[in-house]
Parts: sequence; structure tokens; C-alpha cells
Amino acid sequence: MANQAFPRPQLTGQPVSQKTTVEPKTRPLPLMPSSSGEVADRLFGFAMLTCAVAILGLLVLIVYELVGRSQLSWHAFGWKFFAGRDWNPVEEHFGALPFIYGTLVSSLLALIIAVPLAVGVAVFTTEMCPKWLRGPLSFTTELLAAIPSVIYGLWAIFVLVPLLRQYVQPFLARTLGWTGLFEGPPYGIGMLAAGIILAIMIVPIISSITREVLMVVPQHQREGVLALGATRWEMIRIGVLRNARAGILGGVILGLGRALGETMAVTMVIGNRPEIARSLFAPGYTMASVIANEFSEATGDVYLSALIEIGLALFLVTIVVNALARLMVWSVTRGLPARAHV
Amino acid sequence: MGVTIHVENLNAWYGKVQALHDINLKFEPNHATALIGPSGCGKSTFIRCLNRMHETIPEARVKGRVRIGELDAYNGTSATQLRRRVGMVFQKPNPFPSMSIYDNVASGLKLNGVRNRKQLDEVVERSLNASALWDEVKDQLHKQSGAGLSGGQQQRLCIARALAVEPEVLLMDEPCSALDPISTGKIEELIFQLKEQYTIVIVTHNMQQAARVAEFTGFFLLGKVIEFDKTEKIFTNPSNKRTEDYITGRFG
Repeated sequence: MANQAFPRPQLTGQPVSQKTTVEPKTRPLPLMPSSSGEVADRLFGFAMLTCAVAILGLLVLIVYELVGRSQLSWHAFGWKFFAGRDWNPVEEHFGALPFIYGTLVSSLLALIIAVPLAVGVAVFTTEMCPKWLRGPLSFTTELLAAIPSVIYGLWAIFVLVPLLRQYVQPFLARTLGWTGLFEGPPYGIGMLAAGIILAIMIVPIISSITREVLMVVPQHQREGVLALGATRWEMIRIGVLRNARAGILGGVILGLGRALGETMAVTMVIGNRPEIARSLFAPGYTMASVIANEFSEATGDVYLSALIEIGLALFLVTIVVNALARLMVWSVTRGLPARAHV
Repeated sequence: MGVTIHVENLNAWYGKVQALHDINLKFEPNHATALIGPSGCGKSTFIRCLNRMHETIPEARVKGRVRIGELDAYNGTSATQLRRRVGMVFQKPNPFPSMSIYDNVASGLKLNGVRNRKQLDEVVERSLNASALWDEVKDQLHKQSGAGLSGGQQQRLCIARALAVEPEVLLMDEPCSALDPISTGKIEELIFQLKEQYTIVIVTHNMQQAARVAEFTGFFLLGKVIEFDKTEKIFTNPSNKRTEDYITGRFG
């Protein structure tokens, strides 16, 4: 037997005499001597498990509270709560649809504006930017993420909204008014302003994640495309963006998550009227905004309960949107068994 | 058909570091030429100058004249034009992982604006046949990603991809260094067949490989061509002492 010919080295801490008397067949496997290290390892594992479980517990607790405290409203309106367009605190009649609509539309608008911009910034910084500009440019982009949202709101009120009112909205109404999306009086304040300010707020996160993803696309992929006689744009399209699309989608999801929950800046410019209008010039309302605005003045029990149910709805919308986005990432990466080779 | 490559007074730099010094070489059409030399001697830099890949590196510069057949590579020819005539296979197999095998091979043609399905089908089959991969992948052309193949198959896929655009020259930068001996053997066999139609320049660290596949061999050292001659002559009776030292394994 190999074991006898080349005996394993004796482990320290075990009496040699005892080892030699044991028959090879029954000899215990040479395990690590049990030490304080093993106990510490187990403790560490347990501590980490506790951390992980705590997060899950927190989530469950939040759902439990949201569901529990929205019972009153649930019993009063049932499923109709999510389909109702009426928000009347005086008659205590509540429907969440305008808020769900406002949240989804403002976030979608933000994505439509922010994604091309953010991806463009990322492509420029990784592929075309002269070296000396790269650092300052990415730093500035990331700095945008550090600005408190109330500052964005203020800036929007004093700069963006007048700009929209005087120039952008009249122009849009003239050129694209026939779509129905850009009609009505140009207040400045409204869904469009909210979408734009959200877009500015989510550009940093999308572009910084996209940049990270683009940077890990291996150089040999770029060279492979170039060697076929591709132009720079073709190289970026085929060799870079195509390889990085799952990661870019991931960045977009994170941006979307932020847009769905953003409260302050949106509240300051969206107009805060619970209505569903086709035109983006019209004021709207989002779920996060209505909770922030009306929570302190919600006098009736049903009113309060309805607001909490809106919170629950926001929670669910976020989960559903994230799940859909994950599904999208999955469907993009599916059929690529060898991601490791990239 | 392959074309002759003339290189005259070629110099190349990375920033301030000069990587190539006054290279003058001529590559015969429909022959394979091997470039050998220790790491960092400039042989990879040199073949990357032949299809202008060198200049894609920031701060890299080239001076001199390269003629690919009647094309003057650095004078009046765009890099994209040139690269469509001069195919390249890299050290590490680099199929496009997000594309199927078929799309990998067709990618060069699609870049050229070919959309005709029938024509694409033909070229894909011909190229995969030429790179001796057709029989292994013909049933999964559209199903499998290019990155799902084995390393040797990936490299042959990359060769097919390069051949699909019908280049006149095929540059190979250590095409077998990431492959096992069996895959290496297949690629070498392939080089043997391909040189009937293309001018092949192959950089290799493996001197046996150079001896097996190439009619001509150039020995590079510190950015200069030390010796360039028939492969037989280089390996049996080199005229330069440093060549002899290198191929007998005294350094490098």
C-alpha cells in the first residue's frame, strides 16, 4: 500500500507511540488537530450567518408592518385600491393608481433620457478619452451622485423649470405636439421636469457601473474586431458594448431602483396632483412623494392606512420591476455558457 | 492568392522607447515565414505593424514603409482597408463570446455590409472547412457560442473568422502558445495548407514549430533583425553567432 511505503508525516501534538501501534486499516484519517482555530471558525461562520439572516428578518419585518398597518385601507377598498383614480381625504376615498402611474412614468422617462447619456459618458471615458481627462471626468460624474437630492430639487425649481417653461416646452409643443405627449399649458413644473431631474440623478450610477463593466472587457476582444477591419464605432459596438450588455443592464437596474424611490427632488417639481394625464407637461404625483407630503397631516385612520398601503405598493412595484429586469439580464446572458472565457 | 510584403526602414516606438530599429524584410507570397526571438525582442510589435494594429496602442508610433502587394500600408491606405486585406490571429483565442459560431465567422463580412444569407452561408462553410473545423461544429453553428468551444477549436474558429474576409496575408502572433500539443498539431497542419493561398507570417516561441511550418525564418533580437534566411539555413548553419546561441539554447 502506498500509505505504508510513503507514510504521511506525523502531525504535531499527537503522541507518536500511540500512532505506531494502530493498524493501517483502522488508522484514523490524518485530520487537522482540533484547536482553538476551529472554534473561532465556527463562531465566525455563525456570526456571518446572523448578519445574513438579520437582513432577511428586516425585510420580513418591513413587509409585516406594511401589511399589518394597511389592513384598514385594504378592508375598505380591496383590490380596487390599486385601480382607483380617486384620492379624496375629505370623503376618505382612496385609490393609488395615479401615484403608481406617476412613479412608473417619471422613472421610465428618466431611464429614456439617462441611459444613452450615461452609456455615452462611459464609452467616452473608457474608449476615446485622452488619458489626462479620464480621471477628472469620472470624478465629476461621480460627484453628481454625492449632491443631496434637495439641492437637485432647488436647482430644478430655479433653473430647470423656468428653462422648460420658456424654451423647451413651447418647442416640444410645436414640433411634437401631435403625439399628444407634449400638449397643454407649459407650466414648467410637471412630469417632464420630474423625469429630467431624475435622469440627471441616475446618470452617475449608471455611467460609473457601465464604465467598470467596459473596463473589464478584455483588450483582445477589441483587437479581434479591429483586426477584421472594423472602424472605431464598429469596434465599440461589437467588441465592447455587446460583450458588456449584461453588466450595463445591471447598472440600468440600479439606476431604475433609485429613480423609483427618489422622493425629495421629484416632490419639488412634479406638481403633486394625483391625476393621470397623457401629456408630460401635466403635473403628476408619485408614491414616494405622496407619502412624504401627506404623512404628517393624515388625520383619519383610514387615510393613514391608505398611505401605508401606498408604501406597500411602492415596495411591490420595486420588487416587480427588479424581478423583470433580472429576467432581462438572464435572457441576455442565457446561451453564453462560457462567460469565464470573456 | 498571397502577395509579397516589402518592409523598408521600419521603426516603431512605445512612447519614447524604441521597439524596432530599421527593419528591412521581404516576405514571399504563398510561403510561411516564421519570426523567432526571445520575449521582448520586438517580433510581435513587428507583425502588429504589418496590419497597423501597433498604432491602436496609446502613444505608439511607427515610421517607415510597408507594402502589402501594391498597397502602401502607411501611405494612402486607411487602417480599416488594410486590415481587410491582412488577417490576424492572436496569441489568445478571442472568439466573440456573445455570438454563435456562425456569426463569429460571418462577423467580418457583416462589417463589410454583406447581408445576403446565401452568400454568408457559403463563406461560413468554406472558411470553417479551410480551418478544418467544419465537421466538428456543423451541427451547432447557430446554437453554440463561439466561446463554448475548446481552446484549440476556438483558435481554429478565429482562423476561420480571419479567412472569411478573404485576406491576402495572414498574420499569426504565437497562435499555438495557449494550446495543447494535439491542437497545436492541427493548427500547424492548417498552416501548411493555408500557405498555398496566403502569405503567412507567424511569430513563434517554439523553434521546432518554426522549423516545421516555415520556409523562411527571421531571428529578432532587441528590436533588430539579426538574421533572415531559409529556415533550413537558420537552424543548421546560421551565419550569425547570436542566432546560433539562441537556437542552441544558450540564451533566451
